[in-house]
Amino acid sequence: MFDIVGRRGWWYLVSTVLLAPGIAALLTGGLKPGIDFTGGTLLQVRVAADTTQEAVTSAAQGAGFPEAVVQMAGESDALLRVRAIDVDEKDDLLTGLGDATGPVEELGFSAIGPVVGEELTRAAIIAVAVASGLILLYVTWAFRGMQHSVRYGVAAIVALLHDALFVIGVFAILGHALNVQIDALFVTALLTVIGFSVNDSIVVFDRIRETSRDYVHLDDDERPGIADIINHSANQSLTRSLNTSFTALLVLLALLLLGGPTIRDFVLALSLGFAIGTYSSIFNAACLVASWEQRDIPRIWRRVFPWRRASTT
Amino acid sequence: MRRRHLSILALITVVFALALYIVVPNSPGFPVQVGTRDFSDLEFRQGLDLQGGLHVRFEADPAPDQEVDADAMEAVRQIIENRVNALGVAEPVIQIEGDTRLIVELPGLGGPDPDCDPAAEECADPLDDAIALFRETGELLIVDTGSRPYPDDEVFMADPEDVVLRGADLQSARVEFDQLGASMIAFELKPSSGEHFERHTSTHLGQWLTITVDDIVINSAVIEAPIRDEGVIRGTFTPDEARRVAIQLQYGALPVPLKVVQNLTVRPTLGEESLALSVRAGIVGAVLVLAFMVAYYRAAGVVAALALVAYVMLVFAIFKLVPVTLTLAGVAGVILSLGVAVDANILIFERTREEVRRGRAVRRAIEAGFNRAWPSIRDSNVSTLLICAVLFGFGSGGVRGFALTLAIGVAVSMFSAITISRTLLRLAVLVPGVDQPRWFGARSTPEEGAA
Repeated sequence: MFDIVGRRGWWYLVSTVLLAPGIAALLTGGLKPGIDFTGGTLLQVRVAADTTQEAVTSAAQGAGFPEAVVQMAGESDALLRVRAIDVDEKDDLLTGLGDATGPVEELGFSAIGPVVGEELTRAAIIAVAVASGLILLYVTWAFRGMQHSVRYGVAAIVALLHDALFVIGVFAILGHALNVQIDALFVTALLTVIGFSVNDSIVVFDRIRETSRDYVHLDDDERPGIADIINHSANQSLTRSLNTSFTALLVLLALLLLGGPTIRDFVLALSLGFAIGTYSSIFNAACLVASWEQRDIPRIWRRVFPWRRASTT
Repeated sequence: MRRRHLSILALITVVFALALYIVVPNSPGFPVQVGTRDFSDLEFRQGLDLQGGLHVRFEADPAPDQEVDADAMEAVRQIIENRVNALGVAEPVIQIEGDTRLIVELPGLGGPDPDCDPAAEECADPLDDAIALFRETGELLIVDTGSRPYPDDEVFMADPEDVVLRGADLQSARVEFDQLGASMIAFELKPSSGEHFERHTSTHLGQWLTITVDDIVINSAVIEAPIRDEGVIRGTFTPDEARRVAIQLQYGALPVPLKVVQNLTVRPTLGEESLALSVRAGIVGAVLVLAFMVAYYRAAGVVAALALVAYVMLVFAIFKLVPVTLTLAGVAGVILSLGVAVDANILIFERTREEVRRGRAVRRAIEAGFNRAWPSIRDSNVSTLLICAVLFGFGSGGVRGFALTLAIGVAVSMFSAITISRTLLRLAVLVPGVDQPRWFGARSTPEEGAA
C-alpha cells in the first residue's frame, strides 16, 4: 500500500507545478477566444496540394482581407479566419484564393456576428457556475451520512476547478505557441471533464464511506484515524481509476489520431481532462478531505509559501 | 436460482434481438404511429455537420420607427417556412428564438448540381442562394382565378394580368367568429384600393379569388357579394387555420427585413469525411478497449466485451427510435461513452477481485462485488447526468446533441452493467472450471494490505 495521504504535501506541489505554466500563459493572454465568442468567420477550404500557408495568407490579403489568419490542416485543407462576412464577400475571398493558388473547393463556412458571440460567452460562464453549484449540492447530499459531508463537496469542487484550470492552461499555452483558438466545443469539453472529474472523486469518496462503515463497530481507540481510512480507500480505488481512465484514453487517443481535424481540439481537451481528472480524484480530492479533517489546511499554505511563516506566526 | 438467471438471459436476448432488428440498415421498423412519429421510418438522423447543410440565425432588422411584435415574428416564421418547403429538404427546423430571432436549419441541403460545369455555365448553389431567398421581401397577391379554386399550399404562378390586389392594398386582417361560432377572416382595404376592388367584385360574382404569398396558395374564396372597404372570408377553418391565414394577409410579405447574425454552411464532402474518420476512430477505439478488458480481466473481460457489444446495439437502437440527431460532437460523445461504459464493469470486477483475494469463493465474490460497487456506480453516474442536463440547457445544436448522446450512453451503460454483465457472469461461473480465481485475473492468496 502506498502512503498517498501522508505525502499529500508533495501532491499539492505537483499540482502547483502542473498548473503554474498554464496559469502564467493564461494571465499573459494566451487563451484565444475563437469566432464563437468574438464573432468572425471561419472558412474551411481544400486547396491544391502543396499550397503553403504563406501562399494562402497572401492570397487572402490580396483579396481584401488583411486580417486573415490561416492554419493548414491535413495535406491540402486550409482554415481561414477573417472578420464576419456575408456570402457575397465569401465569394470574393474564394475567387481571390482561386486566382492565386489554383482550384479551391469550399468545405465549410461559419460566420458569427459579435452579439451572438457575447451571448455564448455569457451562457458558458453561467453553465460552468450552475454545474459547479449543482455538484456541490449533490455531493453534499449524497454523502449526507458522513461527518462533514460538505467537506467532500468542497473537495470535489476544488478537484474539478483544478482539472478545468489545467485544461484551460494547456490551451492558453497552445494559444501562445500555435495560435490555437477555443470555440463552443471547448466549453462542452470542459463541462464534460468537470462531470467525469466529479464522477471519479465520488468513486473515491464512496470508498471512504464504505471503509469507515467497516470500522464503526470498533471502539474509538481501536478505530484507525480518518487519514488512514482515506489512504486505504485511495489505494483501493487506484486500480479502478487507472483502468477506467485508461479505457477512456484509449478511445480518445483513437479519436485524436484518426478522427480528423474538425474535432481534434475538442478531443485533445477531453483527453487532457480525463488524464488530470484521474490524478486529481485520488491525489487532490481525497487528500484535501484528509487535510481538512486533520485541520492542516493552514499548514499547506505554510508548506507552499515557507517564507510567509515569519509573518503568520 | 439457475432458472431465474436463464429467464433473465432470455429476456436480455429478446431485447438484444429487438435492438439488432432496429439497428440493421434499412430496417423495416414497426407499423406503429404515435402522434406524428412513424416508427416504420427508422434511420439515423444525421446533423448538418455530418450530411452537410445550412444553419442560419436571422435577426429582425427593423427600420428606426418600426416595432417587431410576436405576430410579426410569427408571420416571418410562416413565410420562411413556405419558402423552406419549396426547397424540398427532408427535416428542416424553423423556430423563433427569443423575441426577434429566427433559426433555420436545413440538414441535407446540398451544393451545386455535380453535373454542372462552372467553367461553361452559371451553376446555382442552393447552399449560398438559400439565404438570399429567405431575405427577399416577397409578395402577397390576390388573383382572379375565374371559375376554379386552387388547392392550398400548392405552387401557383399568377399571370400578372389576373392580379386584382397586392399586399400593399390591404389595411388589416383579423379572425372573427360568426353567430354559429365558426371562424372567419375579416379584412379591411386601404381607401385608395376600395373602388378598384368594388368594380372587380361586382362584375365577377360567383367567381374565385385566390390568395398567394410568394406564389404559394394560402386560400381561395368565392365572391358572394361586392366588396368595397371591408369583407370577410368564410370557409371551414379551424381557429388556428383562420389565424394563420389572417396573419399572412395582415403581413403578406416579410413584415421586417432580416439580417444574418450567424451562418454555418457545411459542404457535404466535409460532413462525409468527418463521419468516416470518426467511425473508423470509433471502431479502433472499441477494439482496443475490448482487447484490454479481455487481457486484464480474462473471463470477466469476455463478459464485459459481450456487454459492451450489447451496449452499442441498445444505444444505437435508442438513437433510431427517439430519434436523436447525431452531430459530429455527438458521435464523439458516443465513442467516448464506449471507453466510459466499461467503467461500471471495471468497478464491479475490481471489487470482485478484492473479495477473491480475501479468500472468498468466486461465486460469492461476484455477488459481493456487485453489491459493493453499486452505490459508487449510482452516485458517480448521477453526477455525470447532472452535467449532461446543464450542457443541454446551455447549448444549442451540436452541444445539445453531445449532451443527449452522452446521457443516453451513461444511462444504458448502468443498465448493461447491472443486468447484462451480472447475468452473464453468474451463468459463466456455472461452467465447470470457469469459477477459478485465475479466470478473473486474480490470485486467491491474500495480498499484503488487503485486509
